[in-house]
Formats: sequence, structure tokens, C-alpha cells
Amino acid sequence: MPHIALPEGLPGISAGFAFRPETAKPMRDLAHILLHEPNSLTPGERELIATYVSSQNDCFFCQASHGAAAACHVGSSEIVQQVKTDFESAPITPKLKALLAIAGKVQQDGKRVSAADIGEAKAHGATDIEIHDTVLIAAAFCMYNRYVDGLGTWQPRDEPMYVEMGKHLADQGYQQSSR
Amino acid sequence: MPHIALPEGLPGIRGAMAFRPETARPLNELVEVLLFGPHTLTQGERELIATYVSYLNDCHFCQSIHGAIAAAHLDGDEDLVKRVKSDFQRAAISDRLKALLVIAGKVQRGGKNVTAADAEHARSLGATDVEIHDTVLIAAAFCMYNRYVDGLGTIQPQDEAMYRERGKVVARHGYVEGSKDYLPAEAAAR
Repeated sequence: MPHIALPEGLPGISAGFAFRPETAKPMRDLAHILLHEPNSLTPGERELIATYVSSQNDCFFCQASHGAAAACHVGSSEIVQQVKTDFESAPITPKLKALLAIAGKVQQDGKRVSAADIGEAKAHGATDIEIHDTVLIAAAFCMYNRYVDGLGTWQPRDEPMYVEMGKHLADQGYQQSSR
Repeated sequence: MPHIALPEGLPGIRGAMAFRPETARPLNELVEVLLFGPHTLTQGERELIATYVSYLNDCHFCQSIHGAIAAAHLDGDEDLVKRVKSDFQRAAISDRLKALLVIAGKVQRGGKNVTAADAEHARSLGATDVEIHDTVLIAAAFCMYNRYVDGLGTIQPQDEAMYRERGKVVARHGYVEGSKDYLPAEAAAR
């Protein structure tokens, strides 16, 4: 049961958003820019970063919904699973692996990111904006994940629901509610 | 030195925000609602929650600037800010704020640490559901801002006077208005 009286029937972050539309607006806008708007990183790559960080933070709702969005973009739920369990052996580019290494360090603590981590990403072609956005996606999911778990939101074990949600997110982005 | 080519002369989050004004806008709008807009928690109380979480995350820039903003809201009481960081249970703050700081501290470690009993305890001391919601979100949001500032290797001066001065400006004008000092006009506008 949620820790506060959230609207019923809305899973995960949707309930927090419906409870407090004033904060929902900038949180939706931020996710939309980071994950959906045009970027030299594909939406699939950015959703994989969000899914990986949510998995490291053990947030069921966020890793299920963003994992589904990522699967929709990359056309494979297997790759999503591999990125969560062992991204170094996943069939993704060396650049994305270097960015995931940075994201994993940000998830623990921003100060863990080293000049060597950045050098590795740049050696594989990452731009400054891509590195910036990777750091901010990882940091932002340390917020979204804590928000979803910290309110004790309802996080149903309902795979078809996340598949549907993932399609909607992959198609429409984050500015409008998926329900 | 920052990990990427951030604009020079802008410390902490301001350099990062000037680098990417598109994401700066929602980041400033969120903190404006959480810490500056009208609320049943005072601006000082909300800044203390932000300062405490930034302290737990060991982010020098964020705990210094939000500590300075908190002090500016609290008649310049920098000792109270220090006390909240080091031992809030013995600070001269309300029991309700202590209960909210307990929740914030748990969110900082991981949202799942918050229990129904923590929320119930805060409610028994008069906290509303919106106040509990905003405490959770302030704590969560500072787990983002702190990681953003540290993860880019931003410049974080050891200069108390700089934070004190900037703190007064932000306490007076807020975050969106304050961002006009360092963002292009179209990005700072609401």
C-alpha cells in the first residue's frame, strides 16, 4: 500500500504524477528531452541507460517500463535483459558500453566518474553532449527510482501491461500520460 | 577540471545548466516548485531537507549553496544549518520536520527504506500527505542534482562568501528568475 493517499488504479510513477501535477510537469519534460527528443544517441540507447540504472537501483516499475520501451526501440527484449545482467557481453557498441560504465558509476556516486572513464568514452566516439546526457539520465533515474519506491507506489507484476506501456512510451514519449 | 567542456566561470550546476539549456529549464522548474513556490512547509524547512540530503551525498557545491539559501531564509542562522547536517535530532527544529528528515535520509539511501511507520509518525506530528510527498521528492531530486554536479566534475569553489552571496539572491528571487543570470533568455523563460 502506498505511504500516502495516491489516486487508485495508477501504477508506479503515474500515481505520483496524478497526485501532484505541479511537479509532474517538469519531471515529464525532463524525461521527454533526455529519452525521446532527437539526439545523436538513439532513443533505444538512451532507454537502455535508463533501464540499466533502474535495475541497479532495483526499482521494479522503472526497469520494467523503460525496459519495455527499450525493447520496442531495439526490437529485442533479450538485449535489454543482457544489458541489465552483463552489458559488457551484450551485442551493443563499445561506445554504449563506455557510457553504461559511466552511468553505473553515477548511480553509485557522481564522484566515482574518473577522467579515464571519460577518455574511454571519447576514444569510442562519444561527444561531450552524449557524456553530459548519460550523466544526467543516470542521475535523473536515481531520482525517479527513489520517488517511485519512496512513496510505496503500486508496482503490479503484469508483463503485458508493461509491454503496452513500453509501446506507448516508445511512440509518444513522456509529455502525456500513458493511461 | 570538469570532465567535459563546460562554460568557464560558472561554478557547480550553473556550468552544467549553461552547457545544456534544454535540460536546465525543467531542472529549474522542478526545484522552483519544490523549494521556492507557495507551500505549507516554509522555504527554510524545504531548503534544510535539500541541504541535509546533499550533505549525506557529500556534494560540496549543493550542500554549500542550499545551506546558504536555507540560512538566508532563517535570518542568517548558519549554526542551525550546521546542526541539522550533523545531528538534526538535537537541532532547534519542529518534531514534524525531524520526522520528515528521517524520511528524506531513508530516501537518500534507497526509496524502499521508507516504511509505513515512518509516514505514520510524520502524520501523527501534523505532516500532510503533500508534505510527505514533497519530502520524498526533494530527497529524490537531490540524489539527482548531487550526482549531476559531481558526475560532470564541475568546479566547486571553497569560498564561503561566494555561496553566502549567491544564497541571498536565490532566497530572494528563486531558481527560475535566478537562472536568467547564466542561461540564454529563451531558455530561462517559463
